Amino acid sequence: MPVPPLDGEQALRLLATMWRIRLFEEQVGLLARADEVHGLIHLSVGQEGVAAAVCLQLRDDDAVYSGHRAHGHAIAKGAPLERLMAELMGRDSGLCRGLGGSMHVVDVEHGFMGATGVVGGNIPIALGSALAARLRGDDSVAVVFFGDGAVQAGHFNETVNLASLWGLPLILVCENNGFAEFTPRSAHTNVERVSDVVAPYEVERDTVDGNDVAAVWEAFGRYLASARGGSGPFLLECLTHRLRGHYEGDPGKYREALAAADWQEKDPILRLQRHGIAQGWFAEDAAAAVESEAAEAVEQAVRFGRRSPFPPVGLIEEMVYADA
Amino acid sequence: MAHELPFIAAIDEAIRLEMERDDTVLYFGQNMATTENEPYVDAFGKDRVRVTPISETAEIGMAIGAALAGFRPVVELYMAEFMLVAMDQVINEAPRFRAMSGGQVKVPLVLKAGFGFTAGWAGQHTGTIGALFMGVPGLKVVMPSTAADAKGLMATAIRDDNPVVYLHHYLLTLEHGEVPDGEYLVPFGQAAIRREGSDVTIVATGWTVDRALGAAERLAAEGIQAEVIDPRTLAPLDTQTILESVDKTGRLVLVDQATRHASVSTVIAGEVAEHGFSSLKAPIVQVTALDATMPYSQPLEAWVLPDEDKIVAAVQQVLGSAPVTA
Repeated sequence: MPVPPLDGEQALRLLATMWRIRLFEEQVGLLARADEVHGLIHLSVGQEGVAAAVCLQLRDDDAVYSGHRAHGHAIAKGAPLERLMAELMGRDSGLCRGLGGSMHVVDVEHGFMGATGVVGGNIPIALGSALAARLRGDDSVAVVFFGDGAVQAGHFNETVNLASLWGLPLILVCENNGFAEFTPRSAHTNVERVSDVVAPYEVERDTVDGNDVAAVWEAFGRYLASARGGSGPFLLECLTHRLRGHYEGDPGKYREALAAADWQEKDPILRLQRHGIAQGWFAEDAAAAVESEAAEAVEQAVRFGRRSPFPPVGLIEEMVYADA
Repeated sequence: MAHELPFIAAIDEAIRLEMERDDTVLYFGQNMATTENEPYVDAFGKDRVRVTPISETAEIGMAIGAALAGFRPVVELYMAEFMLVAMDQVINEAPRFRAMSGGQVKVPLVLKAGFGFTAGWAGQHTGTIGALFMGVPGLKVVMPSTAADAKGLMATAIRDDNPVVYLHHYLLTLEHGEVPDGEYLVPFGQAAIRREGSDVTIVATGWTVDRALGAAERLAAEGIQAEVIDPRTLAPLDTQTILESVDKTGRLVLVDQATRHASVSTVIAGEVAEHGFSSLKAPIVQVTALDATMPYSQPLEAWVLPDEDKIVAAVQQVLGSAPVTA
C-alpha cells in the first residue's frame, strides 16, 4: 500500500504535537510536586515521537487505547489541553469530569477510548473495537499502545491470537523503552524483540527506532493503509527511551541516567527539528514558533484548570450505572 | 399465553428473541457455533455468533470493546468460575469504564454463566460467587430461580445499558416451568414474594428458593406460616420488599448457597440490622454453605450445603428465641 511521504506541513504538525506533549507533561510534573495534580502520575517525556507519528495519521472514528502513560497519546489524538489538564487537576471541566484522572483518560469525541491503570488491561478491549469496525463494515481501525511489560501477560497473547485468527483491523503499537515499570526486559523474558513474540501467529510486524519520528510515521502509515483496506492485525514495535522515572517521584535506582549529550542525540523532538531544518521541511523560526505556541497553550491549560470548580460530590453516585 | 419449558431453554428463548429484535446483539463463547448447522449460526450468521478459543480475558475484553462501539454482546462462559480467569476485565475494566470516563461511555454486555453445580462437581465448579460481583459498583447481578424469570431477566439483561453478570444455577437447568410467550421482561431490582406468610420471612436465591419453599410447606404442617422472598437480582438488591416483610413477620431467616462470608445473606443481614432492627423479634439466622471448599464426597457435600432440614431448624430457632429487647 502506498504511504503519503512525510512532507513539510506534516513534519511541522508532528513537531508542534510533540512540543505540546513535552511541555504539557513537564508542567504536570511541576504541578504534581506542588500537589495541584495529585495521585499517581506517569510521564512519557522522551517517547513523544511514537504518539505523534501514530495518532496524527488517525481519524476521530479510529479507536485508540493506551496504558498508564497516556497523556501523550490523548493529546496527539486530539484531546484539548485545557480539558486534559483540568482532568489531572480533578476538576468538573476535565475530560472525565475529574473522575478518571491521569491513568483513566477517555475522550470519546476524539476517539481516545481510554487509558487503563492495569498494564495491558485494555489490549483485549481494543480487540473489541476492531471487531466492531469489522462488523460495521467501515474502514476504521483500532490502535492500542502498550509497553514491553504488557507483552509477557496473557491478555496480550490471547488478543494477538484472536485478532490474527479473525484478521481484525487492530494495530498493536508497542513502545519498548526497555523497562517494565522498574525491571529491565532481560529479567522478564528471553525474547529480546517484542515483534518476535508474535511471529508464530504470522502477524505482520516491524521494529523501528521510536525516536525517529519519520521512521515511525512511515512504518505505521503502511500498516494503517493495509488495515483500512481490510487486513490485520499488525504489530509495530518502537524502540524508545523514557527520560523520567516510571512514575513522578521514582528514585530510578534501577537504571543509569542517560548522559545529557547522548540525550541531545536521541531526543525525538530535537532530532526532528534538526532533520526537518536540514531537509528544508521547515525553517528554524517556524520550529521555534510551534514551541512557543505549545508553551502558551500549556499555560492557558493551567489557567483553565485552576479556575474550574471541583465536581459536585454526588456526581460519582450518578455514574455507577447508565440509565437503561 | 404461556408454554412449558426447561429453565435452560427459557434462557435460550430470550437470547434468540433479543437477537431477532436487535441486530447489535452478539453471542459468543467457547464450544458454540462450531458448525454451520447450529441453530444460532443458522439464524444469525457467523458474524454475530462466534466460537472463541479458551481465552476468557480476550472474550470479555472484546465484549467490552464491542459494547463501547454500540454492540450488545452476550458472552457464554459456561461456568461462573471461568470468569475468575478474567477478573481484571469483569471487575476492574467493564464496570468502572462509565464512572472513570465521567459518563462518556456505556458498557452494555451480558456475562452468562452457570454456577453452583453441587452434584459431585467438587471444588472448582460449584461456587456460588454472585456476592463477589454484587460488591462491585457498576455491575448488575442476576440470579433467576424459575424458568419464567430465567427468560425475563435475560431479556432485561440484554437491553440493560450496563455490564450484567447473569448467573443461572446448574441444578435448575432441566427444571420445567411455565414461561410467558413472546416478549417478556422482568425488571431488575424487584424481588418476588414466592409464598406469603406472617410468622417468619425466608429470603433465598437461586436453587435454594425451592428448598425454602419445601421447608415452608413442612412448617405449614406445624402451623407456621413462612413468607418466602426471592430477590431475583442481587444488584440492584430490593431491600425494601425484604424490610416490609420483616416489618410484618418480625423474624428473618436468610438462605444462601454461598459460603457465609461471601454471601448475599450477610449483605441482607447487615441492611436489615441497620434499617429494620426495631421490627425484629429475634436475631437473624443465616443458613449458608460452610466457609469451606466444596468437597467431592457426597455426604460431605451435603454437610456443607444448606438444605430443607437446616432451613426448618433455623425457622424453629427464630420462632423459639427470646424476643430482642431494643
